[in-house]
Amino acid sequence: MTTVNLGMPRVRPPYASASSALMGADGFRDAAKGELQDDQLRANLAHAAGGIRTKRAKAVRELRDFQQLRSAGSALKWHVTDHLPELLEQFEEAFTAAGGTVHWARDADEANRIVTSLVRDAGSEKVLKVKSMATQEIRLNEALADAGITAVETDLAELIVQLAGDTPSHIVVPAIHRNRRQIQQLFRDHLPGAPADLGDDPQELTAAARRFLREQFLQMDTAICGANFAVAETGTLSIVESEGNGRMCLTLPSTLIAVMGIEKLIPTFQDLEVFLQLLPRSSTGERMNPYTTMFTGTQAADGPENLHIVLLDNGRSAVLSDPHGRSALHCIRCSACLNACPVYERAGGHAYGSTYPGPIGAILSPQMTGMEGEDNPNATLPYASSLCGACYDVCPVKINIPEILVHLRSRDVDERAEAGAKRNQWDAAMAGASKLMSSPGTYDAVVRASALIGRAKPRGNFSNLPLPMIGDWTQFRDLPVPRESFRSWYTKREKARRSADASNKEQK
Amino acid sequence: MSDAKTEILQRLRTALDQPRPNPITALEDVPRDYQGPDAKAETTTGIDKVLAALTKTLTEYGAGVQMVEEADVTDTIAELLDEGAVAVHAPDLPEAWLPSAQAQLVADHGSLDARSLDDVDAVITGCHTAIAMTGTLALKDDGIGGRRIISLIPDHHIVVVRPEDTVVGVPACVQRMREDDPSAAWTWISGPSATSDIELERVDGVHGPRRLDVVLIAPPAQGDQDAS
Repeated sequence: MTTVNLGMPRVRPPYASASSALMGADGFRDAAKGELQDDQLRANLAHAAGGIRTKRAKAVRELRDFQQLRSAGSALKWHVTDHLPELLEQFEEAFTAAGGTVHWARDADEANRIVTSLVRDAGSEKVLKVKSMATQEIRLNEALADAGITAVETDLAELIVQLAGDTPSHIVVPAIHRNRRQIQQLFRDHLPGAPADLGDDPQELTAAARRFLREQFLQMDTAICGANFAVAETGTLSIVESEGNGRMCLTLPSTLIAVMGIEKLIPTFQDLEVFLQLLPRSSTGERMNPYTTMFTGTQAADGPENLHIVLLDNGRSAVLSDPHGRSALHCIRCSACLNACPVYERAGGHAYGSTYPGPIGAILSPQMTGMEGEDNPNATLPYASSLCGACYDVCPVKINIPEILVHLRSRDVDERAEAGAKRNQWDAAMAGASKLMSSPGTYDAVVRASALIGRAKPRGNFSNLPLPMIGDWTQFRDLPVPRESFRSWYTKREKARRSADASNKEQK
Repeated sequence: MSDAKTEILQRLRTALDQPRPNPITALEDVPRDYQGPDAKAETTTGIDKVLAALTKTLTEYGAGVQMVEEADVTDTIAELLDEGAVAVHAPDLPEAWLPSAQAQLVADHGSLDARSLDDVDAVITGCHTAIAMTGTLALKDDGIGGRRIISLIPDHHIVVVRPEDTVVGVPACVQRMREDDPSAAWTWISGPSATSDIELERVDGVHGPRRLDVVLIAPPAQGDQDAS
């Protein structure tokens, strides 16, 4: 067997901290098996994903230049990954000049240490949180809790997830897996100040959360947020949201700490005109989200006096080191690929085991954590796809997810071979198929012989075969019994046609 | 700890030593053939059409919209405010807009804190740029748009939009922001705050103002323009 040169550097930058929320306990297949039994989850997901897909399609159709915007977005993000070190330094300079402080974190543990000590310096025991994928990824809330600091999630869905002691299952709608009655019960039991007779109307539930959170906003003095975009040229941060909890956290507290993956940069302020069109339409299918804040450093009498940003690597440089997989870093977290994915729609976000679920998660998580090691759960993620390509079609920055999935599958196979892993059933089957298909004579004979099976079982299909690999397939669908190979069918047909032609000619 | 930066930058440079299959992208290579600030739709659309589109997009996202002559702005605002309402306003709004006789108005000079704003019924601001295609109001934290906090805490937000501040698309708005001051604090508002977090059912009014009213000042009629 020849090994393919993957173009990987000899010294690969380190993967994400093992403590990161990037890997589940089980691989995708096992995790999905459990999730698929949850009828409520599947009903919620089908309703939600279908609804957002329709809205997105409508919002995208409305823009005559959406494809041109995608091309611009993609090129801008390529520019960012191509020039990441320079742009980060440019951003640091601009952000510092505007009155902010920049911190660099190699991994999740370092980021958590930095944020914890900043919160302590601010003298806070409770902090407000704006929904942020990066802080979810580094398990910041848990780290703060260990240090005796309570983090209060202020996004409605994140609050639901937090009260339930649960994890998010969708990038944009994290509580998509819960219905109104489940949330009603949860609020009655766990939301401070919620009335015992709280109804299940979303309006009423939202109002209860609003009352609780308003008091938190007015009381607390430190907030932690993420960032959707950071402008290298000006040091501007942009936060895109719907509820107003983001604006509360960005303007009320005197200390604001942003945690941001290093790939979130955009080159210039002008580029906001591209991304602020692509993101809302792709994400929630709106022309524009209710609130977008763009601010640069600290301002007198408006917003925080102390502004910090933690620039987080945590495996991102490892993603960058694979030239065929690095465009996974272009993701702007719109979740259009999740909503388009038939696998996500059925298995749900938790089956992916990572903060980043769905198609983008299937290419991002394994690259951030690596797939090496026996039974590495994230080595199963590149296979959690039918490669239908719907994710690529909707991606606002044109990340070729199917191509990267295939690339990662080959990386996984080669890495296992290099590590001298035992050959599994798939390896044996593939080796057999490769031998079979490289010899036309043998292939033909085997295929023709399969018709014999048809003679043995003249009626019906096979279901639930107790065989390796094929067994997994036939557990859920029937396998047609082979009646005749294509080649013998074709030979027969050609023969019949020739004799028909011959008799036609004779008649003339 | 300062080596974290050195180390991360070193990691990134090592990673980028692996060339990618396609040539690297320079900023000038980025195709910008989308509808920019100079697009025909932006420069040739008449103001009446722009305002009609803006009214439609704002209304679709749940904002109340009225178009009035500049002289009637005061009365319109007075009608929008509830009886006996206390309203705060951005400090540099034209006096002629403010219904000082009919309502209790407070100009914000930077001293109002969140608690006192929580007791205020409404807020009146101007707008830097309004985007017709998306129903977006871009507020700058100056004397017209007000500090960010004042347009956030009160439950009712009234925004006055002048016709010369309306544009068709997002790029024209970003251009106006760049030409003015990109490093100001900017807030884009598109409808009242909303959430769809519970079963994707849209609920209007979470933490930001639950009610958004937009008062559009009508453009001068064609005849007036010729006369001036």
